[in-house]
Amino acid sequence: MVAESMAAQAQKPRWGEMEDEEAEDLDFLLPPKQVVGPDENGIKKIIEYKFNDEGHKVKTTTTIRVRKLAEARLSKRAIERRSWGKFGDAATQDAAGDNRTNVSTEEILLERPRPPGSKQEETKASGDPFQVSKAGGVLMVCRTCLRKGDHWTAQCPYKDLAQPNFMNKPPTPDADKPGLGKNTYVSPALRDKGPGERTPTEMRRRNDENSVRVSNLSEDTREADLGELFRPFGTVSRTYVAFDQKTGMSRGFGFVNFVSREDAERAINKLNGYGYDNLILRVEWAAPRAT
Amino acid sequence: MRPILMKGHERPLTYLKYNRDGDLLFSCAKDHTPNVWFADNGERLGTYRGHNGAVWTCDVSRDSTRLITGSADQTAKLWDVKTGTQLFSFNFKSPARAVEFAVGDKLAVITTDPFMGETSAIHVKSIAGDLNDQTSESVIVIKGPQGRITRAVWGPLNKTILSVGEDATVRIWDTETGKLLKESDKETGHQKSITSLSKSMDGTHFITGSLDKSAKLWDIRTLTVIKTYVTTAPVNAVAMSPLLDHVVLGGGQDAVNVTMTDHRAGKFEAKFYDKILEQEIGGVKGHFGPINALAFNPDGKSFSSGGEDGYVRLHHFDPDYFNIKI
Repeated sequence: MVAESMAAQAQKPRWGEMEDEEAEDLDFLLPPKQVVGPDENGIKKIIEYKFNDEGHKVKTTTTIRVRKLAEARLSKRAIERRSWGKFGDAATQDAAGDNRTNVSTEEILLERPRPPGSKQEETKASGDPFQVSKAGGVLMVCRTCLRKGDHWTAQCPYKDLAQPNFMNKPPTPDADKPGLGKNTYVSPALRDKGPGERTPTEMRRRNDENSVRVSNLSEDTREADLGELFRPFGTVSRTYVAFDQKTGMSRGFGFVNFVSREDAERAINKLNGYGYDNLILRVEWAAPRAT
Repeated sequence: MRPILMKGHERPLTYLKYNRDGDLLFSCAKDHTPNVWFADNGERLGTYRGHNGAVWTCDVSRDSTRLITGSADQTAKLWDVKTGTQLFSFNFKSPARAVEFAVGDKLAVITTDPFMGETSAIHVKSIAGDLNDQTSESVIVIKGPQGRITRAVWGPLNKTILSVGEDATVRIWDTETGKLLKESDKETGHQKSITSLSKSMDGTHFITGSLDKSAKLWDIRTLTVIKTYVTTAPVNAVAMSPLLDHVVLGGGQDAVNVTMTDHRAGKFEAKFYDKILEQEIGGVKGHFGPINALAFNPDGKSFSSGGEDGYVRLHHFDPDYFNIKI
């Protein structure tokens, strides 16, 4: 059920694409409402489409589990007790619909423990909604065009052509460079650069320059979430969330390093002041590391 | 999973108990009226009105006909489960804290707190099958340990009584003579007040939770520590899954200290641990205050927690809970 709702979320337009799309209010273009199930597990799915306020098409998948209450095997005595009359305050005070017993509106999960401050590589692989298909298998995601399930990044037909358009990237001078054919791989660190050798320290400094400080994060935000939030703006080389060593709780800020400065700038412009997890994010250039 | 929230109490919960068949759930709170609920859908069946103080613990007989409750109004009361009528009242000179029926429901152990010059004591009462023969005479009274006795349960074959208390020691007493048979080791045992105790389904081992932020699994005969589960907050409640090798610890910082410490250190979670590997499996959040009571349904497919916030939360596990691997 979790994978389902996440998949529904993934249908919403991403932040990086928001202004690139043309607003449409053509309700008749929407696919009709679908009801699937209930299947043998009692899972019933309702898929609805609508345009939201910003004119984006939103797919809402509601998953309902139809459960038979009396599936448990009960003893004779227990069945007899079922028909007992109410007594005490239950008889006098519990009218129908008095909300004495409620089913939580919130889905509570058995949360698996996470060592504080850990890099979360495993959960990234398994918990990332973009990589998990409905069937539970790994879904292909193209980082260039963000298309899911179609092809891998390396096989992207838009690899050279569409990247600038998709991500609003300024045209890279790569193609003009001598010795760099259209299909040759250029390491991210060397893209957008003039000729000349670079020492590792220079690259490091450069990386620090593209570091974006994100503060006012909610405590539940992890590295993976930051990556998810910032990836639409460009290739992210590092995400980091600061954890308090004593309590193991998030300290409410983190850093995201972009490969290119332009992406970082766009991310700052777009996400500074963006409401994330009911807090308003503050996104700015990270202060240079004191050395 | 979507827990069922049961709001039947106006004050913090103190104890939760399922009956043997797992279809009824009894809840005790600091308000004066224990409640009984249907354990599948959380509907309230009835209340037991008559106590005049906080109700600390309860126990239900194996055939689910009688309920015994221990209360701060210095009484322990027997109730008819079906109608909620009071059958008998045992009067003490100090608040009654822990109660439990013996195997066979012919005896009950009741502990009383130190109060107004009275020292804490463990009373054993005989429970008559016919109500007219019921007396308030104690079969035996055991005195000795200092401080409050927070929990007392019967050992195998009713031959022993186990008690835990504020002095951080687990003790085994002989039921016949009242002699102290065994005492837990100071080194390996708990360092702070023991708040809770829960026996395994087969009665071979038990788990204790303590304010020293740990829970320990003990052998019921030799009183040796088998396992230790370390957590980050004081433990107020413990429960053992009858189905899987899981234990649950509930707690959180003292309600008194909530405003005086950092807001981050709340930790009002029911934490699941692997019983054998002592490793944390996960946590179930939801309460707005420390968890005071935990109970597993005897079928192992649901559990309930009661908190300082006055709510009982009844959780039916999702199917994937049963396939968790570490």
